[in-house]
Amino acid sequence: MHEQPIKFYQTGTFTVGNRLLPPEQRTVQSRIKRYNSLNSGHRACQGCGEALGARYCVDAAMEAANGRLIAANATGCLEVFSTPYPETSWQLPWIHSLFGNTAAVATGIAAALKVKRAKGERRHIRVIAQGGDGGTTDIGFACLSGMFERNDDVLYICYDNGGYMNTGVQRSSATPPAARTATTPSLEGALGNAFGQGKFLPEIALAHGIPFVATATVADLHDLEAKVRRAMEFHGARYLHVLVPCPLGWGFPSHETIKMARLAKESGIFPVFAAESGEVVASAPIRRKVPVEDYLRPQKRFAHLFSPTLNLAALARLQELADRNIRKYRLLPETL
Amino acid sequence: MFEQIEGSRAVAKAVALCRPEVVCAYPISPQTHIVEALAEMVSSGVLSPCEFINVESEFAALSVAIGASATGARSYTATASQGLLYMAEAVFNAAGLGLPIVMTVANRALGAPINIWNDHSDAMALRDAGWIQLFAEDNQEAVDLHIQAFRLGEELSLPVMVCMDGFILTHAVERVDLPTQAQVDAYLPPYSPRQVLDPAEPVSIGAMVGPEAFMEVKYLAHAKQMEALRLIPQYAEEFRAIFGRPSGGLAHAYRTEEASTIVVAMGSVMGTIKDVIDEMREAGHAIGALGITLFRPFPTAAIVAALRGARRVVVLEKSLAVGLGGILATNVRMALAALPIDVYTVIAGLGGRAITKRSLHALFRRAEKNDLDSLTFLDLDERLVARQLAREKERRKSGPVAENLLRDVGVIAARNY
Ligand SMILES: Cc1ncc(C[n+]2csc(CCOP(=O)(O)OP(=O)(O)O)c2C)c(N)n1
Ligand code: SF4
Ligand SMILES: [Mg+2]
Repeated sequence: MHEQPIKFYQTGTFTVGNRLLPPEQRTVQSRIKRYNSLNSGHRACQGCGEALGARYCVDAAMEAANGRLIAANATGCLEVFSTPYPETSWQLPWIHSLFGNTAAVATGIAAALKVKRAKGERRHIRVIAQGGDGGTTDIGFACLSGMFERNDDVLYICYDNGGYMNTGVQRSSATPPAARTATTPSLEGALGNAFGQGKFLPEIALAHGIPFVATATVADLHDLEAKVRRAMEFHGARYLHVLVPCPLGWGFPSHETIKMARLAKESGIFPVFAAESGEVVASAPIRRKVPVEDYLRPQKRFAHLFSPTLNLAALARLQELADRNIRKYRLLPETL
Repeated sequence: MFEQIEGSRAVAKAVALCRPEVVCAYPISPQTHIVEALAEMVSSGVLSPCEFINVESEFAALSVAIGASATGARSYTATASQGLLYMAEAVFNAAGLGLPIVMTVANRALGAPINIWNDHSDAMALRDAGWIQLFAEDNQEAVDLHIQAFRLGEELSLPVMVCMDGFILTHAVERVDLPTQAQVDAYLPPYSPRQVLDPAEPVSIGAMVGPEAFMEVKYLAHAKQMEALRLIPQYAEEFRAIFGRPSGGLAHAYRTEEASTIVVAMGSVMGTIKDVIDEMREAGHAIGALGITLFRPFPTAAIVAALRGARRVVVLEKSLAVGLGGILATNVRMALAALPIDVYTVIAGLGGRAITKRSLHALFRRAEKNDLDSLTFLDLDERLVARQLAREKERRKSGPVAENLLRDVGVIAARNY
């Protein structure tokens, strides 16, 4: 196809559009020759952050692997909306086995490829595994930790929408405190999900000392692709944790997915960073700090914090969590 | 070549001769010696190229095998008991995906109470998971069945469980004829998968199927298993041609000619049963035995053919369907439903309880006189049971059942034999 260069000018947002960048810096997605690994026509909800995140991640990994990539996928929204037979959105070899064994299945794929390589067959094929937060931080946790600990040659991508969305929005160990889900109701003034529970898997991944761990959001797709690209430069176990807002489960209009992801990052409640061999090497600084309240207020899952009365105590605790992230990951210039 | 060798090591050598490409291991008795021996062979380079993966659970062991098999690698793992149950979800999944993984099950009881000794509860619990299930009578057969298992599974795209009695076979040292690499290579062609994860030809494996086709998918899995009934005798015959001995097949009849009583069983207990049959035949009893090698698919026609001349059949099994009785016996009864044959169920050897010749002599003689209940628990200590029942009647908080029973039995080690 013929490409014609057009000149564009930036108009005062923080978003540097692809078209303002030199061609080599543009995203894989903006290229004519993108892979469309997760092709259009799938059944994700309108505005699904997971569909967007997966599209960028898998295509970037495909680009890095020269199109020679195999994916293992956990049960969850991504698996369900992308496939019911006879249709499939996947333009790469793809396997779904179970909800909780995706990392192990990927280990098996990588092991098979290693043997085939030793036999001079099927060279230069890379492996990714992907699942939702439930499939990763809860039921798939043992297999994932095993895969990390053995340093198997797999990039595992977790699409974190803060709950079991495919089964109707139940609490997972990645659900934020105070969030209402179907199993952490906020009836009669109850708080929703409890404070002081749950886990932030990127830090646990880091503790395994694996070659690469990073977080990202769908608000900064350049950063997301760059992290996939960097991850693919390593061999061994790698982990990418992507915040993917879910309009259905979080309760916000489907055109505000990117905005939600950006507010999560700019408030500090979701720290964006990268780590290599167990050490944090880079954090994505907050550009224009917002109070956590700005992130929470538009989401129905936090509505009980704002009405009928303002729950100042809960809001202060959530703000403290964000402030702790800001200190810990040095997300603001004054914390550097 | 004949070798005096432990069952587990013999099986490990047989598996290695099959050139597995990925072996997944997680320790559980009495299966451990098999994967330990394979670890040695991989680490010393005897088995190469092969990836030996120490996983963090049985669920992972089979899941790694699933990934490897779907990528076209010949994959093997071994487990037993709690380990088999721990991987149950993946057991069904491997069958549903049509992946010809071979797995040794070193049969062991299921807890609670935890018990490491042999019975068939583990394999029976997963009998309907879609795997082919073979039961070895002795270590020679265990070796041979593994070689046949890869051939069969890969031809049909079905996973195969090779069951061998824990400790009784896995830890027994006996003479085994180990095949040569050339023999195994002549028998077992390289694995050529029907579907494989390959960027050159991207496919989606394992996606959702709704009511519009699920029945048909399951029916085809059933039909595939039934196809094994045709292939297994053929593969056993080819095996005899290359390896020079009969091994495998659907079932082995032993002195069933003119037998009015036939004992049916699976696994190593067939050895004791055959000894008893010999002695009874000597004494003029018309008795024989049928050892079932293939439990899934169930070889109904072969079993009917072998048993149709009998007046009564005694099914002796090392498993219990709690609340019903026998599992193997239920299957045999179904096969014989149209025939005027009395079928007796005998539950024996649970949790490693010894099945002795003396008990079998008495049992078979009672059967001959039609003096058996339709369900018998062999060598059940009825006094022990009665005491516990009385205790429970007396007091609501009567304490843990297993502990009470063992107190009544007394400390085994201090007992004077
Ligand atoms: C063993 C098992 N338990 C439960 C389920 C039901 N289940 C399927 S998808 C799902 C939720 C997935 O949540 P997550 O991993 O966060 O992915 P999401 O749908 O949110 O993207 C659950 C609970 C299952 N399929 N298997
Ligand atoms: S429920 Fe959420 S994660 Fe699932 S498809 Fe819809 S928007 Fe995406
Ligand atoms: Mg989720």
